[in-house]
Amino acid sequence: MAVSASRLKRVIGAVTAASLVAFVAACGGGDSDDSASGGDVTLEFAQWWGAELPAGDFDKIINDFTTANPNIKIKLISAPYASTKQQLITGAASKTLPDVVGLDGAWVNDFAKQGAIADMSKLMTDANYDSSQLASQIQLEGKTYMIPVVNFVYPLFVNKDLLTKAGVAKTPSTRTEFLDAAKKISATGGNVKGWALPLDTAVPNGIQNDVMSWLWASGGSMLADGKPALQTDAVKSTVEYVKSLNDANVIAPGSLTMKEQDKVEKFTQGQVGMMIDSLAHVSLIKKNKPDLKFEIAAIPAEDSYTGKRGIPYASWGIGISNSTKHKAEAFKFVSYLMSAETNAKLATIANGFTGNKNAEPDFSNSDPLFKQAFDIYKEGTPANEFVGLPKSEDLMRSFDEQLQLVLTGKSSVDDALAKAQESWSSVIG
Amino acid sequence: MTMLATKTAAPVEPAAPKRKSLARRLVPYGYLSPTIVLIVVLMVVPIVMVISYSFRDNVIVQDNSVFAGFANYTKVLTDPDFLAAIKNTAIFITVSMVAHLVLGLAFAMMLNTELLGGVTKAIFRIVYILPWLFTIAVIAVIWRLLLDPAGVINYVLHSIGLINEGVNWLGDPGKALWAVTFINIWSGYPFFMISLLAGLQGIPKDLYEAAAVDGTNWFQRFRHVTLPQLRPVIISMAVLDLIWTSQQFALIWMTTGGGPLNTTEMLSTYTYKQAFSEYEFSTASAAAVIVLLLTMILAFFYVRQQRER
Repeated sequence: MAVSASRLKRVIGAVTAASLVAFVAACGGGDSDDSASGGDVTLEFAQWWGAELPAGDFDKIINDFTTANPNIKIKLISAPYASTKQQLITGAASKTLPDVVGLDGAWVNDFAKQGAIADMSKLMTDANYDSSQLASQIQLEGKTYMIPVVNFVYPLFVNKDLLTKAGVAKTPSTRTEFLDAAKKISATGGNVKGWALPLDTAVPNGIQNDVMSWLWASGGSMLADGKPALQTDAVKSTVEYVKSLNDANVIAPGSLTMKEQDKVEKFTQGQVGMMIDSLAHVSLIKKNKPDLKFEIAAIPAEDSYTGKRGIPYASWGIGISNSTKHKAEAFKFVSYLMSAETNAKLATIANGFTGNKNAEPDFSNSDPLFKQAFDIYKEGTPANEFVGLPKSEDLMRSFDEQLQLVLTGKSSVDDALAKAQESWSSVIG
Repeated sequence: MTMLATKTAAPVEPAAPKRKSLARRLVPYGYLSPTIVLIVVLMVVPIVMVISYSFRDNVIVQDNSVFAGFANYTKVLTDPDFLAAIKNTAIFITVSMVAHLVLGLAFAMMLNTELLGGVTKAIFRIVYILPWLFTIAVIAVIWRLLLDPAGVINYVLHSIGLINEGVNWLGDPGKALWAVTFINIWSGYPFFMISLLAGLQGIPKDLYEAAAVDGTNWFQRFRHVTLPQLRPVIISMAVLDLIWTSQQFALIWMTTGGGPLNTTEMLSTYTYKQAFSEYEFSTASAAAVIVLLLTMILAFFYVRQQRER
């Protein structure tokens, strides 16, 4: 009995050890790329788009591809934007990015420098792809690392009811008109203010969307030959203008920690009369407050400015992992998404604008505002100088901190811009 | 076959007990090995990696990382933002812990009193424990709405005449740290309350009876019976709370993001920004190691206190 118990223990010990070895081997041996079997290839596609589209719509587009290409399977990894970003940052660091990745222009520089995303120019040449159909490509040193699939513009949203109540007949198109309208809206009383400025430093994209947009709208630039140029008259006048709005007390309170969603919520609830926001939020606003009367317009420019207006945009970009073993198949999938027909379909369901020049979104069933926005987009120039910059979120944050000092009276505009310039130069100088 | 087997087995017979005893000695390690492997894979390896990153430069984002000695530590320890984060974290965890303790003890004593009936106590128990049931994301969203300049808190304060216009609780550099500390206190006191209530219920009644016979008043009984009896629980909870609160990231990130003007920047948010915004994984690792050392000091007191018990 004693002998058999001891043998039993030994067997248990051996099984435990064997299973541990297997466990450790399984931990170390995971290779998502190598899922090919019997000639089939499975591509992992990590993005946040699926989470922002109506349920099932994105799957339909993917299914059309897999039906036409039965040897390629697509495994969608859909998560909200912030989770996708974190997942990709760690994936890029550990060289375990999914085969195809949804990209924001702000991440491209860092990922490309890490060697985590592939040079798509080479893949285009290998596949004889006609890149002239692409509206834009995000390049570094002449090589394409990201292709914008769908673009979203950030126009000015105006609450018509509040504007009428404030006695403003015309939607503001210059900075002076905007300040005047914001003052009049703020004077209507209650908790209503003219404008919302989200400056939360956790996600500091308010600098890109709500501050630099004023600069780009007047044809200004924060860069000169790819280097920071924050101490120019154009940037100074932009920051001074934002400060003048703050001094006039027309900005909704709490802006130093306000998030983008708070801005949209305040506009939806009629607590602010105007905001600069993504067109993608039109449906959300209409769903939450169907009776809100609002319109969109180009972002006001400097009074004397007559040139083309820059209009900020954000993209759903796409890139290919440098470590995938199936680059050709991955590019085949990318070119499918960029084809005129698919791209138009995707842009239509996303309420965005196409990344393929030959594709035009179908506005027949959508809100008239989208058609209006498309006209604004076509009349102006898409402008987002943060795209392709290294550590762009960090650049936004350091500018944000300086702007907060200006708005709280702790720093002059000149000092703040000098400090921001110094901080930016250490990153992209 | 049988004979052959017997013959071949015969010469190794003397060695068998030795093998048996070796196998027997290894068996306990076999049982322990799943836990050991998990601890090594999930704790030891990551900690050692972070420590090694903290002594190197260009880690993770570049292939050619180089040994940098204490350069990352010097950089972090001379960074005014890091020093501000240490100060903010110290205020945040100390005030939170003291308030958790005071509120937790007060509510626990109320739930333990014989002056209230069973139903009343049950209702209060449910009400008091509610904050503990929400996840931190929900707590952050609720309090962002409540503390909005046009939110409920300001409306109430304005209605009763305490303020004239909406206060910027989370957006004012002078108030933000106190506002997030308040939210943390609100969300964390129920755990103290439950633990202290269990401690209170374990105090023998005869101690109070003996004290009453000696003619003590309520406060004397609280000071000389309740507090000494609760002392081990209070110390354990206080140290654990300091450790837990020092790791609070989600609440800060979702309410103020470390702003405005870094007034709510904590060690956790500072480290996160270094890693995931600046991609400076070396300095982030150095900051994380400093946090680890500070936490280990607290953990040392906790372990010593537990050993004394």
